[in-house]
Amino acid sequence: MSILPDGRFVDDAPYDPNVDLSAVDRSDMDASNWLLVWRKFRRHRLGLVSGIFLLVAYLAIPFAGFFSPYTPNERSAEYLYHPPQAINLWHENEFIGPFVYPTQAKADLENFRWNYTVDETLPMPLHFFCTGAEYNLFGFVPTKMHLFCAPEGATVFILGSDRLGRDIFSRISYGAQLSLTVGLIGITVSFLLGITLGSVAGYFGGSTDWLVNRAIEILRSLPELPLWLALSAAVPSNWGPVSVFFIISIILGILDWPGLARAVRSKFLSLREEEYVRAAEMMGAKPSRVIRRHLLPNFMSHLIASATLSIPAMILGETALSFLGLGLRAPAVSWGVMLNDAQNLASIEIYPWTAIPMLPIIIVVLAFNFLGDGLRDSLDPYKV
Amino acid sequence: MMFLRYAGYRFLTMLLTLAVVSVLIFIIINLPPGDYLSNQIAELQATGQAEGVAKAEFLRREYALDRPLWEQYLIWVGALPGPQGFSGLLQGDFGWSFEFDAPVADIVGDALWLTVLVNLAAVLFVYMVALPLGVLAAARSATWVDYSTAFIGYLGLATPNFLLALILFYYGHKHLGLPIGGLMSPEFEGEPMSFDKVKSILVHLIIPTFVIGTSGAAGMMQRLRANMLDELSKPYVETATAKGLSPTRLLTKYPLRMAFNPFVADIGNLLPAMVSGSVLVSVVLGLQTIGPALLTALKSQDQFLAAFVLMFVALLTLIGTMISDLLLVLLDPRIRYGAREG
Repeated sequence: MSILPDGRFVDDAPYDPNVDLSAVDRSDMDASNWLLVWRKFRRHRLGLVSGIFLLVAYLAIPFAGFFSPYTPNERSAEYLYHPPQAINLWHENEFIGPFVYPTQAKADLENFRWNYTVDETLPMPLHFFCTGAEYNLFGFVPTKMHLFCAPEGATVFILGSDRLGRDIFSRISYGAQLSLTVGLIGITVSFLLGITLGSVAGYFGGSTDWLVNRAIEILRSLPELPLWLALSAAVPSNWGPVSVFFIISIILGILDWPGLARAVRSKFLSLREEEYVRAAEMMGAKPSRVIRRHLLPNFMSHLIASATLSIPAMILGETALSFLGLGLRAPAVSWGVMLNDAQNLASIEIYPWTAIPMLPIIIVVLAFNFLGDGLRDSLDPYKV
Repeated sequence: MMFLRYAGYRFLTMLLTLAVVSVLIFIIINLPPGDYLSNQIAELQATGQAEGVAKAEFLRREYALDRPLWEQYLIWVGALPGPQGFSGLLQGDFGWSFEFDAPVADIVGDALWLTVLVNLAAVLFVYMVALPLGVLAAARSATWVDYSTAFIGYLGLATPNFLLALILFYYGHKHLGLPIGGLMSPEFEGEPMSFDKVKSILVHLIIPTFVIGTSGAAGMMQRLRANMLDELSKPYVETATAKGLSPTRLLTKYPLRMAFNPFVADIGNLLPAMVSGSVLVSVVLGLQTIGPALLTALKSQDQFLAAFVLMFVALLTLIGTMISDLLLVLLDPRIRYGAREG
């Protein structure tokens, strides 16, 4: 700000020719909706980082076997409850590259636990791109190639081993396959149910609306977990892990749709009075076409944001069910199944690393929350 | 007068909902093939124990498990007379627990009151924590107060309840000397109420309340903060500031009242989540609520026990929701009586 000799105030900032244009005429408002959403989302740091993290996590799922040194149910009988091992680079001020020290188990017969002594004189370098136990890459390509494995005579338990001597790190990366996809399948089921019922109720109104509304109210007023428990208790115990996994995700989805249906319904109630809907109807479009082509695209983005926010609930739900022994069962590996081992105080006190699977759960749930918040904030690019 | 009519209407809808819920629960309980007794009979026959079979067959007839499903349902509810004096829920006969070999009423007994107590404590905790923190976060938005409450809130939402329970239990015991397990010291179990017993229960309640309440408090804090921020950006707040009203008085006098409505209405969302949480946490911490009973009953297909516990849990939530609806009408006269259609 400067003051001219005659006492007038003048702004020093350069003249912006666009300043008087209304929002609609500005050049960047020509961009497609998705581009605008992306531009706004990009500025939401936390959401962006979470989104990238989740993307990487989901893309890594097919390679779980490659990244883990062991297979999930491989037992090392001599290394039960092994504490986490450090991977070192320097041995006595000399650079060797990633290596581990071999350990030796000794039974402590007084306290009934295993003690491990580390032999710090003998660095043993890790092998890279080595052959180990056989697994299926992408779920169907049998291979023995691992990114890194333990040298002979030593182990590489980055996050420790559990009560059967299985590597927790490998189990976490295998567990991600089930724990992360459970939410996706659940949300698909809930989406299909919620959108169908919500749109039918909102579009047709009347007795359909009344029925759907009562169903929503009843389901929403019931506590979820006891119902989940009851439904999963009904899953026959002789089913294979894959079918149990699918049925559990479907159960999680079945109880989640009411919230979504409610949002869709209220939106439809107002949108069905719009002129373009009337026009479509007069041109003879069937209700299903009006709903799918004219109404739903209007707020698909909002639905996606709310879906992102309800995936974490499903991930936590799976964890809780498996933890209680009513979800996924033993040969299957998920984070909840792993936490089943950390069920008592003794393991928290003596073997705290058995509770490590809670970290990925917390991180993933947080990431979904941040991503959902970011999406929700940026979905309306015309709002400043 | 209008309020009484509305309360009556609300009560009726609750009863109707409960009836529908009972059908739902009955169907879910009967989803697995067979029942506890037929499984037991098959097992006994396989091992060749004839005398047990006779008893199981007798129980099956006694509780009408050999009838078609719809008849079983009506008998269980109490709409149809059952064989040999099984009168059903409506007359206060909750059935027989086959797993524990005792009447359901004896098994749940005290657990019912303790369940109500735990959930009530958790709801109180949520309000006591969420109200000041939410208001503070909104009043000091975009400062470290705001960010740290948001961080704690997110963490509360993301940590699985049962793990939080275990960890807090461990550290609470180690550093604060809080008791481990259960809702009272063992010597008070089955004793009549006394001052010491109440004290013991209160001490035991601390950690469960905290665990069950955390995620609820986190969600409520976020909503309250959003509501408050909406209110604070309105012109009347600016006017009041310009007139020189002190910040505390300004905050509590108007915006807080406005932001309070959704707070009460939220009980409907909060309560189902809390009851869910309390079931899970009770199982982990071994509280004497109905959570552990539900789990064993579901695992062994002990159908009367499981169905009763589910019904009770549903009733608890429905009553809570009804109370919140009624409170809301009392609190805000602008809210219309009657159905929400429109």
